[in-house]
Amino acid sequence: MIYFDNSATTKPYKEVLDTFVTVNEQFYANPASIHEAGTDANILLDRARNQIAQIFHTDERCVIFTAGGTESNNLAIFGISKANTHKGKHILTTDIEHASVLEAYKSLEKEGFEVEYLHVDNSGVISLEELKAKIRKDTVLVSMMHVNNEIGSIQPIEEAAQIIHANSRATFHVDAVQSFGKLPIHFNGDNGPDIITISGHKIHALKGTGIIVFRQKMNINPLILGGGQEFGIRSGTVAVPQAVALAKAARIAIENLNAAKVRYRNWHKGLIQFLSKFGDLIHILSTNSGVGHIVSFSVKDLKGEILINALQDRGIIVSTSSACSSKQKKTSHVVTALNVDPKYKNGVIRLSFGAFNTDEEIERFKTEFTYVMKELKGVNL
Amino acid sequence: MEWKEVLIRYGELSTKGRNKKEFINRLRDNIRNTFKEISPLNIVTERDRMHIQIESNDQMNILMEKLPKVFGIQSFSPVAVCDKNLDAIKLLAIEIMKDFKDQNLTFKVEVRRSDKSFPYETHELQREIGGAVLSHYGNLTVQVKKPDVELRIEVRKDAIYMMAQIIQGAGGMPVGSNGKSLLMLSGGIDSPVAGYMMLKRGVRLEAIHFFSPPYTSQNSLEKVKVLANELSKFGYKIRLHVIPFTDIQVLIKNRVPENTIMTTTRRMMMKIADKVREEINGLGIVTGESLGQVASQTLESLTAINDVTSTPILRPLIGYDKLEIIDIAEKIGTYETSIQPFEDCCTIFTPASPKTKPKVEKVNYYESFTDFDELIDKAVQNRELYIFPMVKPKEDKFDGLL
Repeated sequence: MIYFDNSATTKPYKEVLDTFVTVNEQFYANPASIHEAGTDANILLDRARNQIAQIFHTDERCVIFTAGGTESNNLAIFGISKANTHKGKHILTTDIEHASVLEAYKSLEKEGFEVEYLHVDNSGVISLEELKAKIRKDTVLVSMMHVNNEIGSIQPIEEAAQIIHANSRATFHVDAVQSFGKLPIHFNGDNGPDIITISGHKIHALKGTGIIVFRQKMNINPLILGGGQEFGIRSGTVAVPQAVALAKAARIAIENLNAAKVRYRNWHKGLIQFLSKFGDLIHILSTNSGVGHIVSFSVKDLKGEILINALQDRGIIVSTSSACSSKQKKTSHVVTALNVDPKYKNGVIRLSFGAFNTDEEIERFKTEFTYVMKELKGVNL
Repeated sequence: MEWKEVLIRYGELSTKGRNKKEFINRLRDNIRNTFKEISPLNIVTERDRMHIQIESNDQMNILMEKLPKVFGIQSFSPVAVCDKNLDAIKLLAIEIMKDFKDQNLTFKVEVRRSDKSFPYETHELQREIGGAVLSHYGNLTVQVKKPDVELRIEVRKDAIYMMAQIIQGAGGMPVGSNGKSLLMLSGGIDSPVAGYMMLKRGVRLEAIHFFSPPYTSQNSLEKVKVLANELSKFGYKIRLHVIPFTDIQVLIKNRVPENTIMTTTRRMMMKIADKVREEINGLGIVTGESLGQVASQTLESLTAINDVTSTPILRPLIGYDKLEIIDIAEKIGTYETSIQPFEDCCTIFTPASPKTKPKVEKVNYYESFTDFDELIDKAVQNRELYIFPMVKPKEDKFDGLL
């Protein structure tokens, strides 16, 4: 099986699983306990926290372990908005965010927050002019994904950060779930984000793990109340094995970042070239300015589901635009925001690469896809 | 950009007449000691400043990280070099001034031509270099009197030396230049801060800790070791004397009235500390006491405790508020360790309401029925010794997990 659905989830690294098992076997004590076993677990947890803090250029007290990207995003959005109502109730995000951001914003809107959305151009990138126009003195939160999960477009985080910080007291939250390990992302004073969220299972760690990191200590309302773990921001016994496994996967991701970037970029380039040969039969949504590890496109008047089944029969796993929304029948909000011609709207499929993919697999895809297109569309290349 | 050296300006020691040479040598040795990992460092000392020669950017990074902690340094500046031609000088000036480009600052160019054969005059150089920087960074303006930034250029025989950044040092005096004292290190917030204050004044420290298993746990001892290790990062190694204190504490509990236990315990600690101080040739005893903070720190209590020795007891925090002490603890990185919740020997056996105004005569009277000296000598003899910074890191049981 050739697995090209890494933006949905990844296969964990062997060494990450080994860490997870070892920590479960040897350091299973509660890190909040004062006996020696607990202290050991706590030291190990601190080491993991420190490793993450260094990756993001922040203090270790600004790293909170969560149960995933969705929780991290929810915590950032609800936590910051509700803790800052004295500054204002205006919050901004974009049209193409992940559901864990959009649904949180909708919920806040119902509670009386004033929500505004930034639109994107055909390549899926926001306009800094629009951001400048919409940011206000009473804006308290801006959430923006670094890399879009469906088409791979990259938002100009640095420029956006400068505009946000120069014109408001807002907290700038960057959802880096799809970019971490593929593009550099860390804190950088007023030229960068204030909060970064990532998910473990997108970087070959375990499902049910995530992180939220802060540029500095900030006022935030917790979502989960209880024993006051994680500096009172996220109660619940800390899952040390998950945290350590995630710290390891994050380290591996950063160490491999540059090599991975080049590899994905080459595959991306090659595939765009290949797909262009089909002329107007194929509409490519992922432009060259986007990230390398996501290629999404659609075939004219063909349902994505059909393509997925056909490719699966030939041993290749791809997905419709996003796994989270792929079971719903309606067109994805990202595709809608991009103003795609209706003829192409129903056939968007996405290839997303991970650490285990190889050059051979990319070539194999080209061969099989050519065959499938001949079967379904009667085209000969 | 090629870093050539770090220029160090001395702190208070610049003003110390005849002892100056000794102070400077002390500072040089402390720097050598702090940077063992990148030694041997080539250090050139002068009357008013010191130069550390740099051989690689890695060395530079380590120096920049740790120099701000070394006492006796008022400020320091990284110095870069370039070839002796105008274009190279301009390029380097622009590179060096990059750190200031985003702020609306004023600057001036200061030129020293120790190599008089260099074809450009001072004024020419100032104009050329100032112009180049100005046209490159829109935010900067020139001001000759009291500029925010001084771009210093020295024309020497071998190359052009240039610097602009001035980084604040830790101030104070080189550790070791003001004798040695024994710090009573409890594991709380105050005592490491007291140690830090004395280190800052150039006092070399050894530390003493009272360990009462099983009433206090191994964790609380580990915590004290971490604190001692932190303090050893300020330029001098620290020896930690751990006193087995259980027997004495139990004896005190059984022999003196409940509301005097605390005072007597402190007096016994002081006696032991004084004996250890004598053995190590220390001149004073340092404590983290702050007036009125707890029952043992009222003037009456301090008098009663002090009564057992004539050794100078240094209490650098005596006039500090708790919040001020916490601020310093956070700054020097001991706070997080100090607040870990482990019992220390001061909190066991203490009654709900200890005497806040003990009378020396009465305490002496209560203690007179018991011979503590034998146990005290035994405790001093049986003390354990640890040396920080820890030379060999403990075997890492988490190896490979991260």
